[in-house]
Amino acid sequence: MNEQQQTLWGFMAQQSDKLLTQTLQHIGLTFISLFIAVLIGLPLGIFITRKKQFSGTVLGIAGVLQTIPSIALLGFMIPLLGIGAKPAIVALLLYALLPIIRNTYTGITGVDSAVKEAAVAMGMNKWQVLFKAELPLAMPVILAGIRTATVINVGVATLASYIAAGGLGEFIFGGISLNNTNMILAGAIPAALLAILFDFLLSRLQHLNLKKLKTAVAALPLLLIIMSSFYFIPSAYGGKLTAGFTPEFMGRQDGNLGLQSKYGLKIHTIVISDAVMYKAAYEKQLDVISGYSTDGRLKAYGLIVLQDDKGIFPPYYAAPVVREDALNKFPELEKTLNMLSGKINDSVMTDLNYRTDYLHQSPERVAKDFLLAHTLWQPERNGKVGVVRIGSKIFGEQYILAEMYAMLIKGYTDYDVATKTGLGGTKICFDALTNNQIDFYPEYTGTGLLAILQSSKKTVDSLGGDKNKIYNYVKNVFKAKYNIKWLQPIGFNNAYALMMRQKQAKDLGVKTISNLKQYLESK
Amino acid sequence: MIKVEDLSKSFGKIKAVDHISFQVKERENLILLGTSGCGKTTTLKMLNRLIEPTSGKIFINGENILMQPPEILRRGIGYVLQNNGLFPHYTVAENIAIVPQLLRWDRKRIENRVSELLEKLHLDTTYLNAYPNELSGGQQQRVGLARALVADPPVLLMDEPFGALDNVTRSKIHAEFKALDELKRKTIIMVTHDVQEAFELGDRICLMDKGRIIQNGTPAELLFNPVNSFVKDFLKEQRLQLEFKALHLIDIWDWLPTSKKRETKLNLMSDTGLWESLEGFKFTNSEEISISHQNNEIKTVGFEQLMAAFYQYKKQQTHE
Ligand SMILES: Nc1ncnc2c1ncn2[C@@H]1O[C@H](COP(=O)(O)OP(=O)(O)OP(=O)(O)O)[C@@H](O)[C@H]1O
Ligand SMILES: [Mg+2]
Repeated sequence: MNEQQQTLWGFMAQQSDKLLTQTLQHIGLTFISLFIAVLIGLPLGIFITRKKQFSGTVLGIAGVLQTIPSIALLGFMIPLLGIGAKPAIVALLLYALLPIIRNTYTGITGVDSAVKEAAVAMGMNKWQVLFKAELPLAMPVILAGIRTATVINVGVATLASYIAAGGLGEFIFGGISLNNTNMILAGAIPAALLAILFDFLLSRLQHLNLKKLKTAVAALPLLLIIMSSFYFIPSAYGGKLTAGFTPEFMGRQDGNLGLQSKYGLKIHTIVISDAVMYKAAYEKQLDVISGYSTDGRLKAYGLIVLQDDKGIFPPYYAAPVVREDALNKFPELEKTLNMLSGKINDSVMTDLNYRTDYLHQSPERVAKDFLLAHTLWQPERNGKVGVVRIGSKIFGEQYILAEMYAMLIKGYTDYDVATKTGLGGTKICFDALTNNQIDFYPEYTGTGLLAILQSSKKTVDSLGGDKNKIYNYVKNVFKAKYNIKWLQPIGFNNAYALMMRQKQAKDLGVKTISNLKQYLESK
Repeated sequence: MIKVEDLSKSFGKIKAVDHISFQVKERENLILLGTSGCGKTTTLKMLNRLIEPTSGKIFINGENILMQPPEILRRGIGYVLQNNGLFPHYTVAENIAIVPQLLRWDRKRIENRVSELLEKLHLDTTYLNAYPNELSGGQQQRVGLARALVADPPVLLMDEPFGALDNVTRSKIHAEFKALDELKRKTIIMVTHDVQEAFELGDRICLMDKGRIIQNGTPAELLFNPVNSFVKDFLKEQRLQLEFKALHLIDIWDWLPTSKKRETKLNLMSDTGLWESLEGFKFTNSEEISISHQNNEIKTVGFEQLMAAFYQYKKQQTHE
């Protein structure tokens, strides 16, 4: 865990291969889509100058396309075009269309009518008028449109990594989920530089005098094609099975690196965002994905978890972590919180998550239903003996747990409750706890071990992925170091997991990760 | 050469051109004269089908142009626009070469023709590679004219070609215009709202109002035999100057005294305009000029004699 100390330059040098690939992919993506957008937008723009009655409709549609949020647009593309290059290019080109069509239209309609009339009067046919008079004179305006489209595309292309199309987004979003600033910057800085560079070059082109512009514009298609060829399509297909892993999973020892070293798993892999991964597996775009074992989408999309028979994914058992002084201040608290202990296993948690994430039931309702079903629910006592402050991280499962704890405290003690849910990531939550902003929140053993304690590889190896050993280790160290107590585990393990579609796993006879490896190596 | 029959054009309810007919003989210079909005430009544009007529027929050399492919028709008709319409992205040379390019002339031929025209139109060859925005208004007009003349079309349509020029430049270009041999062999229809210009350059004038032709005739006919008060009023201003411009020496020949031939600085043909002849006295500073008639008859007259003949001619016109 020395990434934090490493300089940005060091990171870029070390990852120069990847950086180059991603940059080239980024340029390629930008220009392929730009090229196609020009091929579509220019004729369409010309068409609506000829048939003005269509101009409102065409510009309107292009305008609406542009307002669709990029992630949503990429999401729409998956069922139609799958994942990978195709949907990314289509989405990008849709964004690039409006400025190109609009500027072609305004450029051509803005050409001096005396010049057009002269062209006709000298006996030019309509194509000659277009190519010899209208287009050359509209070119500065059209180029301005292409310039806008290019800059938009460089920006939106970062999102292509969400659907496994590569580009600098891989570093940016990988860095965000791994909390690795150098990685974010290694993606963001080149992306920004590309935008600035292309903007500058096109602005120069736009302001060339008319004579030079002729040659420059003639060279433009060639340039576009060359730039486009930078993009060797990262094929989303090929191999027996295709895996889609999040950027975070790709970079972790307890993720893809471990899969390779401990299992020797060799699978055709693409990088994809957590947001679309489950759906893509459901749509059969992907066969194996890296998910969280209690994610509600597991149930929603009919996926099953492959057994980690060699134990490379450290356990992430959830348990409340409480400051010792809060336990002293609220003597009833520990007992009350432990009422949940052992009550929620993996499949129960998955089901609860499914209800909030997929059925969109409120965490409150899901929590209350659960407590009622397990006869743990009691009406509020409306006690006023001090206020217990509950924290939670910013995802569904934590909201549900926080609600359950709040109900238990109100029902079984005379304390009042304040909930501070949605505290960003681990770091924010833990800082709130140590700085006496909250009294407890649910944490996971694996997170405690790796993210909070930043334990060395040696320590992690010595614990051997054993559930109890890890629990005891974090419990002891937290107590000694922070005076924070880990209460009894709730029961479920929200660890990394490999998942497949139920039916496919059954058909292939794959139950464990080792099974998967055997299947991949068979024949 | 050009025959227009019962031509009309309506834009919605506006009758821009209302059942007009006229003919232009070969090498004749016809002027469409009238106030703004009377339909001059519309009439002109129908002749090369920039505007399609609502009804009526147009024949050029006996062929109905409405039956011809418009592009082909237009390449045989020179057209000078009201505000020149030069291609701002083409150099002077490229602008002039547009029609030859369309006609696929070879490069050498185009080059030769372009420099020939530049010379005739008194444009310096240094302007060949200049862009229109680097030229003065007068220079732009000349380039516009060169562009229309380059393929030597038999017919030339000009829409207020000298409209945007100051008076000094305009009279200079008028003089060049009349002297240009290329133009002498062309059938020209020219639009203007400037009466002086019409009288100076036109063989015949169509005076238009509200889409109709009020009178069609030679300048002298319009001046001395106006069909109605509209024509008379239209020509009211600077009438004397118009009269000088409308008449030629031949018109007053009979009233010029016969005399022995004497040596003079200036010898004119009898088809010279009266205005030009009077100017001749001034420019050459002579007492007398010699005028030769068709059958080699020559009269030598002084300024007073010329003026006296002019008044006699006028007196006779009003008595008729
Ligand atoms: N495209 C058009 N649509 C509608 N009305 C038109 C159009 N072109 C000309 N008109 C109308 O037709 C009439 C004649 O116009 P035209 O341009 O022929 O006049 P003009 O004699 O050339 O005038 P000017 O001396 O001002 O150039 C005017 O009333 C004008 O408003
Ligand atoms: Mg006009």
